[in-house]
Amino acid sequence: MSTITTIKDKAQQLGTATLDALQPVRTAALASFDQLGVPAVKHEEWKYTRISQLFNQSWQLGVDHSNTDADWQAFRLPEFETANELVFINGVYNEAASTVRSAGLVVLPLEEAAAGEYAQIVSKHLGHSGKYLKDGINALNASFMVGAVFIGVKRSTEIEHPVYIYNITDGRTGNVFAQPRTLVHVAANAGVVLVETYGSIGVADHFTNQVMELVVEQDARVEYYKIQNDTSRSSLVSTTHFRQVGKSYVHAVTISLNGAMVRNNLNMVMEAEHCDSNMYGLYFTSDSCHVDNHTIVDNAKPNCLSNEYYKGILDGSSTGVFNGKIFVQQDAQKINAFQSNKNILLSDDANVYTKPQLEIFADDVKCSHGCTVGRLDEEGLFYLRSRGVTEASAKSLLLHAFAIDILDQIRHDALRAYVDQLISERLGT
Amino acid sequence: MLQIKDLHAGIEGKEILKGINLTIRPGEVHAIMGPNGSGKSTLASVLAGRSDYEVTGGSVEFLGKDLLDLAPEARAGEGLFLAFQYPVEIPGLSTINFMKTAVNEVRKYRGQDALDAAEFLKLMKEKMSLVNIDKNLLTRSLNEGFSGGEKKRNEVFQMAMLEPKLAILDETDSGLDIDAIRIAAAGVNAIRSKENATLVITHYQRLLDYIVPDFVHVLYNGRIVKSGGKELALELEETGYSFLKNEMNIA
Repeated sequence: MSTITTIKDKAQQLGTATLDALQPVRTAALASFDQLGVPAVKHEEWKYTRISQLFNQSWQLGVDHSNTDADWQAFRLPEFETANELVFINGVYNEAASTVRSAGLVVLPLEEAAAGEYAQIVSKHLGHSGKYLKDGINALNASFMVGAVFIGVKRSTEIEHPVYIYNITDGRTGNVFAQPRTLVHVAANAGVVLVETYGSIGVADHFTNQVMELVVEQDARVEYYKIQNDTSRSSLVSTTHFRQVGKSYVHAVTISLNGAMVRNNLNMVMEAEHCDSNMYGLYFTSDSCHVDNHTIVDNAKPNCLSNEYYKGILDGSSTGVFNGKIFVQQDAQKINAFQSNKNILLSDDANVYTKPQLEIFADDVKCSHGCTVGRLDEEGLFYLRSRGVTEASAKSLLLHAFAIDILDQIRHDALRAYVDQLISERLGT
Repeated sequence: MLQIKDLHAGIEGKEILKGINLTIRPGEVHAIMGPNGSGKSTLASVLAGRSDYEVTGGSVEFLGKDLLDLAPEARAGEGLFLAFQYPVEIPGLSTINFMKTAVNEVRKYRGQDALDAAEFLKLMKEKMSLVNIDKNLLTRSLNEGFSGGEKKRNEVFQMAMLEPKLAILDETDSGLDIDAIRIAAAGVNAIRSKENATLVITHYQRLLDYIVPDFVHVLYNGRIVKSGGKELALELEETGYSFLKNEMNIA
């Protein structure tokens, strides 16, 4: 039996065994996956990222590790003692391991939210990312929507401590495929800091196909950080889909330091006037690590600002992909949309594929884009060495200097220090 | 301190230095002057260890060691400092952080203990006042957006921090107005001592009004064609470099 058949069978089993409010969504998603299939490299959005080979491998799906011991704690982020912590193990929310401390923060099983107070929000926004990502992978996640979570931030509340979200896979009983799912609703005039991270337990292949959809209401503020430093046997498709339905502010930073194959989809759908969003990213890869950042900014309304800046350092035989789409719809006048991608290749075997893609249908807009690929500046290296700094230290000073304008965008101090530490370790300083 | 013997060097197969001989002793200030393209900056680059240049003959001994055998950072560790004609801009790295690394790596090379944060700060304050540089400049990205004068002052500050035995100033006056030259020169003079030597490379005599040399050498077409005292610089200022061509032709 092929892997895909096994996956579909499993989805069907889960779907029928779990009769809840999300069942119709799962059923429709499975049909959609059936139709779309797994994207091959001829699919324009997957040209440089081979995902199909992951589907030639056998996986355990829907493995319940709700009794997984404390091993996930190795992945805890700094100052977790005061943070809100949401733990997914093998794609399933683990309530016992999770802690919700802050008043105004609501965490519910998604099916419960879909059936109760938040029913309207769920039905309106769940699955919106599928409109932008028509590739089967997104549908596949939806077809496995069991153990998914709704996160609500109540109106006019500022969540004081960050919300840490751990996407953990436990592969101790074999290769594991996990599909965490979250819907986040940030109500009017609320503010929250969300941090997502990933961790693998056990020596096996790990594959996570994760989707988070976020709805940002009028005057709300969201800081979102994604920290990826998983093992070289862990592959990840991570979709983060923002829908700014009111004038709001989003600040997103994606840091990718390791993984076998990492594909990040970051979408910013700006459906209201005067939305403001930042998208920053740093990928620092080595060996055979593959990191692909696909971003979409969709401007539907006038007077919005988006600012996008991704930087890459690629060593070994690693690969970086950046694809930045910006749509400016006809009514979206007076848009400012900036995009930049800069890369440093440290080895002859490293590769970068970078592509800006602007589709502008309004006539009074300001958009810019640019990308660079280069080597470490020889002149700078000599300058530092001529002052007594060893070649190795000089390289790490230059690389740190290159990365710093992305690192500076991590506004949460403890998290910044944590990422700095990871970068320093990588630089060998 | 420095002994250059019959030094030949070039870039991409083209010979630029065609047999340089020069000896510098502690406490001395030497000036190398010469027209554009004579090989002044090549000499500075070869001494500092820039890898684009290939040494094809001769030797350079610095404090008893074969200088050409050392990596650029080891040359700095031994006490050589090159002030760049065009200091490199490095966005994202402040002079302070750079100097923290540089000072401690040089100290390590010299077998000294690393400075802790307080000791480093003390050293920095002392050198800042010595070369008259503002702290704001040092917390900013290295040379990024600095004026010509600020860049050169920053070079002199770094020189003061690293306490070299031989400082090479490569066209430190280029692109500076007279006030900026005066400030940079004052910094250099503040660092000078009987144990240290300075090699000033310049096209114009005006810098030598402020950093007064003991010896002046004229570099032309890859060779030192004339040496003398500080009066030679004034003579050159009067006559220009055109006489060289005549003299060389006669020779």
